[in-house]
This record gives sequence, structure tokens and C-alpha cells, in this order.
Amino acid sequence: MGKLFSKENGEVFKSPLNLNNPVAVQVLGICSALAVTAQLKPAIVMGLSVTVITAFSNVIISLLRKTIPNRIRIIVQLVVVAALVTIVSNILKAYVYDVSVQLSVYVGLIITNCILMGRLEAFAMMNGPWESFLDGIANGLGYAAVLVIVGFVREFFGFGSLFGFQIIPDSWLLDNGGGYLHNGMMTMPAMALILVGCIIWAHRAYNKDKVQ
Amino acid sequence: MEHFFSLFVRSIFVDNMIFAFFLGMCSYLAVSKTVKTSLGLGIAVTFVLLITVPVDYLLQTKVLAEGALIEGVDLTFLAFILFIAVIAAMVQLVEMVVEKFSPSLYAALGIFLPLIAVNCAIMGASLFMQQRINMEPNSTQFIGGVGDCVAYALGSGIGWTLAIVGLAAIREKMAYSDVPKPLQGLGITFITVGLMAMAFMCFSGLKL
Repeated sequence: MGKLFSKENGEVFKSPLNLNNPVAVQVLGICSALAVTAQLKPAIVMGLSVTVITAFSNVIISLLRKTIPNRIRIIVQLVVVAALVTIVSNILKAYVYDVSVQLSVYVGLIITNCILMGRLEAFAMMNGPWESFLDGIANGLGYAAVLVIVGFVREFFGFGSLFGFQIIPDSWLLDNGGGYLHNGMMTMPAMALILVGCIIWAHRAYNKDKVQ
Repeated sequence: MEHFFSLFVRSIFVDNMIFAFFLGMCSYLAVSKTVKTSLGLGIAVTFVLLITVPVDYLLQTKVLAEGALIEGVDLTFLAFILFIAVIAAMVQLVEMVVEKFSPSLYAALGIFLPLIAVNCAIMGASLFMQQRINMEPNSTQFIGGVGDCVAYALGSGIGWTLAIVGLAAIREKMAYSDVPKPLQGLGITFITVGLMAMAFMCFSGLKL
């Protein structure tokens, strides 16, 4: 047990959550981070799916790493990831059908999510299964964290709700005699880009000594 | 003919891969430093799209769809694996052809050519095609044949090229502006793309 939770493994787990965040620092997996974050619920489902797929594809590739011929490794990695994504996509269809419809093609696009290929190439091909599992979970959670922040801001200001529950009462709205308006801009794709830009800005300003 | 044209124009401006669906963002942000390389990558992406979307369309309708191969068997759950295999194989093929017949273009594209295999825009176009087959036949987004696929793939590729060349041109100019230190590089690029996306939103009312 001591070895499983050693200091190095703790470092492997901690760095993707903050200093080496896959979205804010390495700029991987941006496509889905922007597209699914108009509401909080699909953002969380997407974050969890990516976490699970990254962790298990990391473990599988790490177990196979000594037997994969170097020339065809990309195809092997793609097939492993595609098989896992097929399983996750069918599970989502079975248990959370409405979210799976909202996510539409972006579930399939987890296959081409750069975080997966990046972690498989940079970590799982060189490390053992347990380290790779931790690395996959941590990178998935780092990605999910950014999705949740963007999803929270966009749903709260765009629709006045969280998880579909109304937070800002209807009586505040301009139509009902109040002085409040939902910011329709937040529901548009363009605002997602600007919000992620601001997150990167804040992250770099806060960690300016530690990140090159 | 009219449908081809409207599909083509819509996929360039209204359903733009970058500004409406954020597909292919990773290479979009990484490669858009100079106009010349971004143009080369845009052409390569368009070329691969032109091959993979029609091939995936034939696979979807002739092999995967319910009852296409064997009566009563629905193989669509295999779509992800088959599509990615087609894309990886096509990229490999394109790479070999380009290396053989145009070594100068091959050298110019360098590492970006093999990386097209994991570009979300390519996979995304195939998955959108799969969705659009099931749409109403009189919808402007409907895809009902190989011809429609070619129009859609060409439009999406040109739209992607337009977006990356535009961003590269802006970034070349931006080298002379005074940006706050933590915002430099990626942060300001994101905000620029956001403003470009806002500009492209004005096409969304386009009626064809």
C-alpha cells in the first residue's frame, strides 16, 4: 500500500488538477470543452465520461505497451479508445438518454479528444498501469473542472438556472415587472471561447511564477 | 443542383466547423501562427474530408444501417470504430501519395499531415453526416447521396481553411500589439476567436 500512494504518485495525481491542467495550460481537448458547456448537466456528464475513458484507456495501453509495435501504435491506441467510447456512448443512451441527445456527436468525438491521445503517448506508453490509472483520472478531473466552471457561468447567466432548476425567480424578469434580463449572449458559442480565454488569463495571472 | 449549392454555402458560413461547432480546435490554435502553414493545413484537411465523408457515407448506408447487410441486423454501434479506421487509413494513404508525387508539399506539411487523423473536424464531419441522413429530405441540411456528401465536405473544408487563415492573419498583426502579460499567447487567441465567432453569427440568418 505504501508504494501505491507514494509521494511521486501523489504528484502525478495533483499536477493535472492545477499547474498542468489539460485545458488551461496544455490546451488539449478544447473542442468538446466549448461545445457542451451551455448547461451544467451535460458538462458534468461529459467530464465524467472523459475521466472514465482516459483512465481505462491509459490502463489498457500501459498493459500493452511492451507488445505494441512502434509503427502502428497510433492505430492501436485509436481502436482501444474507440471501443471504450462505444461502450460509454451506449451506457449514456441507456441511462441518461436526454443528456446523450444533447451531447449528440460530441460523445463520439471523445475518440479524437487530444487529451486522450496526449496522455496515451506521453504517459501510458512509458509508465505502469497504476500510475497511468491515476494520471488518467487526474487529467479527466482537471478537464471536468474547467467544464464545470464554464457550464456554471453559462447556465447561470444565460438561463438563470442550475441543473435545470430556476435560481433567478421569474418575477425579477423585465417582462414580469422586474429589472432583470437573461444574458442571451452566454448561450451562444462565441461566449464559451471568451470565457475559456478569461479562465486561462486568470490561471496564468495567479500562477505566473510557476508556469512558463 | 440548388440543394448542392445551399449545402455548400451553408457549411462554409452558417454551420462553420470552427465557429459553430468548435471542431478541430487543437490544431486550429496550435498551427495558426503563420498564414502560409495554416493555408497548407487547411488544404490538407479539405482534401482528407473530401475522401472520408463520401467513403463513410457509403459504409453507413451500405454496411452499417439496419437491414443493409443482413436483414434485421443493426450494426450502427460499430460506427465509431469503422469511421476512425477509415480516417486513419485514408490519412496514411494520402501521406504516401503526397510523399511520392509532391515531396515539396510533403516537406511543407511535415508533422501536420499524420496529425489530421486525430483532427476532430474530420471525425465530426462524418458523425454529422450520419445525423443528417435521418433528417427531413426537404431540410437544407439533409444529406441524401454521395453528391451531397462531396458538397458538404468541400464546404466544411473551405470553411475551416477560411477560419484558420483568418486567425493566422490576425495573429501575425497582433505580434505588434501590447497585450497584458498573463493574457499573451493563448488567452488573447481565445478571445480573438470568440470575437470572430460573434462576427460569423451574423450569417446565421442566411436564407438559401
